Amino acid sequence: MTTTNVTFDIEPRTPTPASVVRARPAGALHDVLAIAGRALRSVPRDLEAIVPPVFIAVFFFIVNIGTLENLTQNNIQGFDYTAFEMATAVLLGVTGVSRAQALVVDVQSGYFDRLLLTPVRRSAILVGHMVADVTVSSILCVPILALAFALGINFQTGALGVLMFILIAALWSLSFAGFGYAIALKTGNPAAVNSSFLLFFPFLFLTSSYVPRDQLSGWLDTVAGWNPVTYLLEGLRSLALSGWHWDDIGKAFLALLVVFLISFGLCFAALRSRVNQR
Amino acid sequence: MPPDTSVSDPPTESAESSVAGESAVSAESAESAVSAESAAPAISARGLARTYGEVTAVDALDLTIHQGEIYGLLGPNGAGKSTTVKMLCTLLAPTGGHADVAGFDIVARPKDVRLRIGVALQDVALDPKQTGLELLRLQGQLYGLRRDEIEARLVDLRELVDIGDALDRRIETYSGGMRRRLDLAAALVHNPDVLFLDEPTTGLDPISRASVWQEVQRLNDELGMTILLTTQYLEEADELCDRVGIVDNGRLVAEGTPGELKRSIGTDVVFARIEGDAAAARAALDGVYGVVGVEGRDHELTISVEDGSSAIGPIAIALHDASVRVRDLTLRTPTLDDVFLELTGAHFDTDAVGTAATGEDRP
Repeated sequence: MTTTNVTFDIEPRTPTPASVVRARPAGALHDVLAIAGRALRSVPRDLEAIVPPVFIAVFFFIVNIGTLENLTQNNIQGFDYTAFEMATAVLLGVTGVSRAQALVVDVQSGYFDRLLLTPVRRSAILVGHMVADVTVSSILCVPILALAFALGINFQTGALGVLMFILIAALWSLSFAGFGYAIALKTGNPAAVNSSFLLFFPFLFLTSSYVPRDQLSGWLDTVAGWNPVTYLLEGLRSLALSGWHWDDIGKAFLALLVVFLISFGLCFAALRSRVNQR
Repeated sequence: MPPDTSVSDPPTESAESSVAGESAVSAESAESAVSAESAAPAISARGLARTYGEVTAVDALDLTIHQGEIYGLLGPNGAGKSTTVKMLCTLLAPTGGHADVAGFDIVARPKDVRLRIGVALQDVALDPKQTGLELLRLQGQLYGLRRDEIEARLVDLRELVDIGDALDRRIETYSGGMRRRLDLAAALVHNPDVLFLDEPTTGLDPISRASVWQEVQRLNDELGMTILLTTQYLEEADELCDRVGIVDNGRLVAEGTPGELKRSIGTDVVFARIEGDAAAARAALDGVYGVVGVEGRDHELTISVEDGSSAIGPIAIALHDASVRVRDLTLRTPTLDDVFLELTGAHFDTDAVGTAATGEDRP
């Protein structure tokens, strides 16, 4: 039997005024910010969760430009492949970035139970993590956009367009993260959470990731028409390439809403299931 | 400022010192609970049950724990102690029965319960990526404490945690003992009315265990905190608890002060190690003067007697006359293990009990 050494200070003590401190219900925002603060503190201590996505995004951004820039620009008049590909690079960087893996570690370590033992709102545990995710995703956009600017991108919508671009990318990251949280809460299994990455492929590759949609043919064009990421990419690209086209931007938000409703429906159902079974 | 939610007066329930099972003991009031009995109980459960499919983990448990009492749930692994605690602290939904903790229904008003309880579960539950201070501050935030209140509590808890500058280090660098102390401190950040300790000393060495006992006693003495602890260590229950409930197969089989429980099986115990089957030797002790009860298992007989010094002679003669060869015959006072044996016909599962807890050999 393993034993460990514990020594308590057992000097008699007079209760201090602090000893009359009593717990009281906190507001929902307070709960969310407390959980988000903890999640954000953990990010720099868990860099392996965010460095690979940025690396992958930058790597494919550069490689794809080197591979396809001449081919596309020589065949499509006035086409700026770097600006076109920037949206794909950003989505590659932010898709799948979430604290779902950390949440499943909490479930396994019992820390999730410790949170459940406090008066914190159950939904705040999830929303707090998601607030952290949106923050991290927004920050991750910055180095990719910086590289794009270094490569000569000129945003047609200016600084506000850049902010809108980051907002849409971060909301996409959040919507996609819902699937990871759903799996984390449903299974409590890190390997299963990793498998949520498989969703990444149909979303990001069965679409106009590398060439404009009108260059797609046959079944891929059909599938891309059903893929919400297609509309997301078109909205993002319009901000960089052609200005404030609210039709494209509106479709991007609509696509976001569809994915958001599905993934959040799943993850809050999983949260209820995990909490209720207890 | 968040609304004040000081504990309202919970509904009063009759305070009973119940004894379940055939081997009922007298229901004397616990010494420390005399004054508290007139107040509402800190914990009250009626018919509390939890099943997992076909398996019954907790079976119609009745429990009344008075304010300011240290109550021990004693039982071997798998007896249902941890499941009971998880239900009472709102982590697990009961499948039957009803319970109030700190005056609030655990099912209908779990949030009110959570505001008033502190819990240190059997497995230390900490976030290794945070520092000790960060974890304690977050605990304070989740209980709605203001920043100045949290910092004030940290001053108090630093003494309890007693790990010096390590509080500023990440928890992943802590030893097992440091983690357990931090876990206990996290359960105390908000000064709970009721503290649940689920096997708080499992895995600790005897010196560390004694330190935990003293800290638990201090919390009870100085702050009047009601403490429900589960343990599989007999001496722990004996040393710490005002009252003890013995749990077996999900049922509360006896309840009382450690002294009451031990007295319930007689003043003394004669322990005999014999050759041959103990069950057969039991018959030899039927009607022997002073013998109150006999439990036999393998090559051991545990004989409850009113007066050990008077009974040991007749017992030796009776066994000899029945051609039972006796290797050892020992007279001693009863232990809680004897009580458990008397009530259930079995000793505790022994790998983690007895020697590990007390540092002494058990029969």
